[in-house]
Amino acid sequence: MLIGLDMGGTHTDAVLISGGEVIRHVKVLTDPADFLASVREALDTLLEGRDPATVRRINLSTTVCTNAIVEGKTEPVGLLLEPGPGLNPSFLACAKVNVFLQGSIDHRGRETGSLKVGELEAAKEQFAAAGIRCLAAVGKFSVRNPAHELEIAKRLEGSYDFITLGHRLSGRLAFPRRVYTAYLNSSVWRVYSRFAEAVRSYGKSRGLKIEPFILKADGGTLTLSGAMNTPVETILSGPAASIMGALALAPGEDDCVILDVGGTTTDIAFCAGGVPLFEPQGIRLGPYPTLVRSFFVHSIGLGGDSSVRIADRRMAIGPQRQGPPVALGGPAPTPTDAFIALGMLPVGDRGLAVEAIEGLGRSLGLSVRATAHSILDELAAGIAGAVGRLLNYLNSRPVYTIREVLTERKLEPRRVIAVGAPAPLLKPFLEKALGLPVEVPSLAGVANAVGAALSHPTATLAVFADTERGVLTAPEIGWQERIGRSFSLDDARQRAFALLERRLRELGYTEGTPEIEVIEEQSFNMVRGFYTVGRNIRLKVQNRPSLGGLKGGGNCHA
Amino acid sequence: MLKAPHRLGLVFFPAYDWAISPTHPEREERLLYTQDQVWEEGILDIDGITEYRPRPAGIKDVERVHICVPDVRSRAGDSDLIAAGGALVAADAVLRGEVDRAFAIVRPPGHHAQRIVYGNRGFCNINIEAIMIEYIRRRYGPKRIAIVDTDCHHGDGTQDIYWHDKDTLYISIHQDGRTLYPGSGFLPEFGGPNACGYTLNLPLPPETGEEGFLYAVENLILPVLEDFRPDLIINSAGQDNHYTDPITNMRFSARGYARLTELLQPHIAVLEGGYSIEGALPYVNLGIILALAGLDYSWVREPDYSPAKVAQPREITDYIARLCRETYAAWRQRHEIRARSVAGRKEISRQRRVYYDTEGLLELQKETTLVCDDCAGLTWIDSRCADRGEHILAVFIPRDACPRCRQEGEKLFRRADRRTYTGVYLQDRPEDLLLKE
Ligand SMILES: [Zn+2]
Ligand SMILES: [Zn+2]
Repeated sequence: MLIGLDMGGTHTDAVLISGGEVIRHVKVLTDPADFLASVREALDTLLEGRDPATVRRINLSTTVCTNAIVEGKTEPVGLLLEPGPGLNPSFLACAKVNVFLQGSIDHRGRETGSLKVGELEAAKEQFAAAGIRCLAAVGKFSVRNPAHELEIAKRLEGSYDFITLGHRLSGRLAFPRRVYTAYLNSSVWRVYSRFAEAVRSYGKSRGLKIEPFILKADGGTLTLSGAMNTPVETILSGPAASIMGALALAPGEDDCVILDVGGTTTDIAFCAGGVPLFEPQGIRLGPYPTLVRSFFVHSIGLGGDSSVRIADRRMAIGPQRQGPPVALGGPAPTPTDAFIALGMLPVGDRGLAVEAIEGLGRSLGLSVRATAHSILDELAAGIAGAVGRLLNYLNSRPVYTIREVLTERKLEPRRVIAVGAPAPLLKPFLEKALGLPVEVPSLAGVANAVGAALSHPTATLAVFADTERGVLTAPEIGWQERIGRSFSLDDARQRAFALLERRLRELGYTEGTPEIEVIEEQSFNMVRGFYTVGRNIRLKVQNRPSLGGLKGGGNCHA
Repeated sequence: MLKAPHRLGLVFFPAYDWAISPTHPEREERLLYTQDQVWEEGILDIDGITEYRPRPAGIKDVERVHICVPDVRSRAGDSDLIAAGGALVAADAVLRGEVDRAFAIVRPPGHHAQRIVYGNRGFCNINIEAIMIEYIRRRYGPKRIAIVDTDCHHGDGTQDIYWHDKDTLYISIHQDGRTLYPGSGFLPEFGGPNACGYTLNLPLPPETGEEGFLYAVENLILPVLEDFRPDLIINSAGQDNHYTDPITNMRFSARGYARLTELLQPHIAVLEGGYSIEGALPYVNLGIILALAGLDYSWVREPDYSPAKVAQPREITDYIARLCRETYAAWRQRHEIRARSVAGRKEISRQRRVYYDTEGLLELQKETTLVCDDCAGLTWIDSRCADRGEHILAVFIPRDACPRCRQEGEKLFRRADRRTYTGVYLQDRPEDLLLKE
């Protein structure tokens, strides 16, 4: 049996999958004051009358960390920055105590300025005065050579509860993102630890034999304890759960659009050849661009509960939500009222919905039916417009080689998968607006929980090899080794595959051989004077987020 | 995150799959460390900075500027067309008002490519700034444009293309041609008979330091720009004046380049040369980007920087001051100088030897221009390149051609003896056509 749970802002959805089929699903209210209570309630209901020992996997998508950040309920952090030359780093002072250190590493990973130990001693005093228990240490180009971050950790750990080192978060180059990500990671460490501890003891008390996994924004998972080092990776996993669910329920190998239509927002994502597109750098949370790997998801302020009004003799929808539909006692008409007025949705007071829609249409001289249709057309057109703009953006992303400029591959979706509560009713309107077939899977309402249940561990790994310096670095796993002059791109690829597979095993990957792919690889001859002095090799590998366990969707492992 | 006071468009085209040859300065690795630095700084996350995707320039965009012998595709490769296209994308971003400024960090460079192209000169096949400028005029209407070339080498190609055009001011500061390729770029090279003074050259002595460059900008370039009042300022942003550059002898720094950019306020900067790929380019490009965006560049610093590395001797300071004074005086007297040089003459000819260093070709030119007060004047060039077995006649009808110059040009093209030449070309700018027979 597999369990998937997606904790949203208002609801927590959970499903139980057995024999490749969803055999039970529940929806409970999320209690923002006690996240664990929502988890407990949902799982207790799913497991009622079943043997918890037969549960093979529990995947949780949780908003614990996201909420703490969004609501400012995080812990104060001491940030140690080694900015080196470049941008004025003062804008990066996002923590309670920010210390700018001297010393620098360059693009090749060479030390160009040494770390000053005295500055660390002074920093300790500042941290003590502010009562700081969690630190983040981040250097520019630390992914090319983590020596200074490691030195900082060596000198400070033991005196603090937790230290995030920037180079362990991602192999990507983007110092400001590394700073923000490290800061957020330390700031949610405690809140996550408490949640993880509570989940673990709940599992023990229920007799569960396995360690739960936590879902990430890239549609992969990591173990409850694995996330203790990188709790920031658990942020904004909800959209990923829905995308994975949509793909599990309506699989395909083509280019497609995935829509998750909710109450106030619609999330838009894309697949190329059946694989979801990723954010090129990482997800953005509030004011913070991060290095947290994530699907490319764009959220627009249009949903079933968006308020509808007339502006300039036209129907205007959203982006704000004023409350529930009029039919359910709300203050302003919504697209849901349009469905109710049309008799498509048997909830609430239809009379109230008709009255509200009629009121809107009066000034335009439209009938109730025409007004309701016009609202739903407008909603669908808003979503279609956003899809078009995003496609345009995605198809004009920069490339850096002649080959890529001349052989551009365009994303051309042939179908749309729509999930979320309003999706089944909105389908004909979306088809008209998008000019594409729209599939709405039968379990569209709990696609998020299904997606959570079927996800597997994922990881990426960046490898830099510099044969002139004779060093290979894989920052995310803290790996460094000496390499010879003849070390080649092929050697680097083999090394990266082996290191990633090892990492996946550590993250709890048990599903046979992981399907590892190269996402970027470059090898440059370094020439000084007239001689080739070495090779500069950069490689990024990952395993794709994969689905398993649902009949008709991917491989069945359940 | 940060917000840029000036919206900036970036076109980054490092051509990671192209080199002139494996150990040539123009090789795959050239912009690798620049990209590392720019990415690591998080430049593209700054609010107001947008990256654009390059596209190849069209054959027509090239033919608007060059006479490639025998044709464009024989002389310009994919990398050249994409580098030029990168500049077009940058120009579109600015002229459509999407950004305030743009920087095309592209390779290969272009400022040594002249009107007639038999091959590669100084790593350049086609002139990407000129292709961009003529595209701008075609697409967005007439403009007065100033090109400020801050590459260490004299931009003899750009000078040649705009030699007769007084709507395009070309100012170059570079290492003295007696000590560096291509050997040209002195004060007497002052523009053609109808555009006298609209080419200005300031040959700086080897070992010119930060002070000298900034002095020239403040005391010559800015005052001339003030007089010329351009609609657009284009910077040919070569970075080989850096103190670490392996093929030149100057003492400029990344922060100096940033300051120069801040003073100049170009609308569009286009990368030219610069071959200190680790010690200079990452920092110079970053400095230019920050200065264009209006952001603080005072933290940009090469790891091995010291004030001594960018200092210049006293004699150089004095020499540059004198040079700037003389050049500015000549600029102010350009109308009188023209009147004297064209007095009583109907046409003016010059003979030139153009050397294509990369392939070792020699071209011999005889160029003639009609003295004209109504337009840039009809120009024709009789050009031989024995190494290629070519002897061509190229006729240039200028953008603002007066009826007489147009008629003369058409006549010349029609009547040219087809047996004498391997090719006869007519570049008709007003009609945006290149005819070849
Ligand atoms: Zn140069
Ligand atoms: Zn004329």
